[in-house]
Amino acid sequence: MATRRIWVWTELFEGQPHRLSLELLTAARELGSAESILLGPAGDDAIATLGTHGAAVVHHGADQAYADCLVEPQVATLATLIDRESPDLLIFPSTFTARDVLARLVGRLGLGVVSNAVGIDYDGEELRVTVPYGSDTQATITIAGPAPHAVQVRPKAYAAEAVGGQAEVRPVDVPVDANACRVKLLETTQQEALGPNLEEATVIVSGGRGLGRPENFALLDTLARQLGGAVGASRAVVDAGWVPYSYQVGQTGKTVKPNLYVACGISGAIQHLAGMKGSKFIVAINQDPDAPIFEVADLGVVGDVLTVVPELTKRLNG
Amino acid sequence: MKICVCVKQVPDPNLPSRVDPATRRLVRNPDQSILDPADEYGVETALRLVEAHGGEVVAITMGPPSAADALRRAMAMGVNRAIHVSDPALAGSDAPTTARVLAAAIRGEEPDLVVCATEATDAYSGMVPGALAEALDLPQLTFARSVEIDGTTVTVRRDVELGSQVIQTQLPALLTVTASIAEPRYPSFKGVMAAKRKPIDERTVASLGLEPSAVGEVGARERVLSVEEVRTEKQGKVVRDDGSGSSVDEIVAFLQRIQVV
Repeated sequence: MATRRIWVWTELFEGQPHRLSLELLTAARELGSAESILLGPAGDDAIATLGTHGAAVVHHGADQAYADCLVEPQVATLATLIDRESPDLLIFPSTFTARDVLARLVGRLGLGVVSNAVGIDYDGEELRVTVPYGSDTQATITIAGPAPHAVQVRPKAYAAEAVGGQAEVRPVDVPVDANACRVKLLETTQQEALGPNLEEATVIVSGGRGLGRPENFALLDTLARQLGGAVGASRAVVDAGWVPYSYQVGQTGKTVKPNLYVACGISGAIQHLAGMKGSKFIVAINQDPDAPIFEVADLGVVGDVLTVVPELTKRLNG
Repeated sequence: MKICVCVKQVPDPNLPSRVDPATRRLVRNPDQSILDPADEYGVETALRLVEAHGGEVVAITMGPPSAADALRRAMAMGVNRAIHVSDPALAGSDAPTTARVLAAAIRGEEPDLVVCATEATDAYSGMVPGALAEALDLPQLTFARSVEIDGTTVTVRRDVELGSQVIQTQLPALLTVTASIAEPRYPSFKGVMAAKRKPIDERTVASLGLEPSAVGEVGARERVLSVEEVRTEKQGKVVRDDGSGSSVDEIVAFLQRIQVV
């Protein structure tokens, strides 16, 4: 049979391909011919980076409207391209824009879609997608009906690899319909470095409700500094306004896989575990001996985080 | 102004979730199910907008008969009335179908604004709001941290990877909200009592003019082939701190063993 055509939704971040789009090129290469879909102005160096990460083709639509208007022009163009070119599989990273575009595309084309994938494979002709499903189970899911099928993949399911190579650039000549430009981007402001760099940290010290009060988060800053790490947080304390969203680890926050994850006063709701259980080593400190976090911990300490953490800090200083 | 807010009853996210090996679906025990906490932000947002601009809020859900409890909770918070799409044929519906069914229920209301959570707390797919916006041909403003309406112009501030963005469109529109948008109110006793008398309009697949064969498990394109246990080889050592920091020796020894210190 012909080589499968796997389309990867590609976004830029600060002028370069978004890390998560590069991760998905690895998946696409394993499954067939990797093709990037890149809508919006982009420099030659960004396109070259896609080639070195395995994109055989980059479908590039350079229209400025893709940068000024959200979602609908991108969906309209994708729908046209899909109709013309009949790709086999569309894979989307877990970014805000990718989710917006995919959800609307699903509504338009009635696509079969699987979200939160951690693995994609084919068994003969049949797509096999692995997703976390339930607290300690995972499911293998297929999509029935005609291609293309669509899958949104969780961060870090695949590793970005610079394998070398050069992509063939195919300009996307679909005209942008001005009527599709209903949502306008008025302003983007960089946040203060977007908080801690949790994705890159090798050690993360993370805090939850068990810390009692927002002021106690400072204890974690000290410990994280001693261990050469960054500070994260559970959804509960982010929702409570103790720390900004950029600290959040979990299904709706960041997915992290550090060498060491220290969970302080975090009970381990599924939502949190989904974002951190891939950590190599996990230490959990929590008052409640039945907290689910202990099920994923290499070392669990049943105790008061406000006693244990300061004591640990003192010892590491000494 | 009329606002439709989409809500869902989900298994209590603070309890472990299980998959039924026979149906391969998440076990949904009505006694342990609640109005999705993520939806409370949508309800709160809708209520505040109507308090500021006048109008009414209609809650919409698709779900089994017990999902009426989630609608009662939303009405106890202050929602005026509700639509409950409930039909055995809908069990096992996938995201595009759910969006089509909700769209069919919402269309006749001709709302100025449709409000959804960013994603449900049971499946986390986040596919329904965008698909719903497409089905209703509405522009979508997503991941809102704040929202302002001035005449027919709606402006949203949101936080994405790139930073903080301001996006804008014209009503009617669909809005998805995050937990940062507003602290949901707790229903008052008066609100709970009033909710018992508020109307719930019950709809079926047939009454919405949809084909039973196009919805539910038979219409779903997503098929669960198998569910496997994930072996967590963890379940490591658990020690008890006696209240004096006695566990610190263990922690330091562990950190040394994995060569972090």
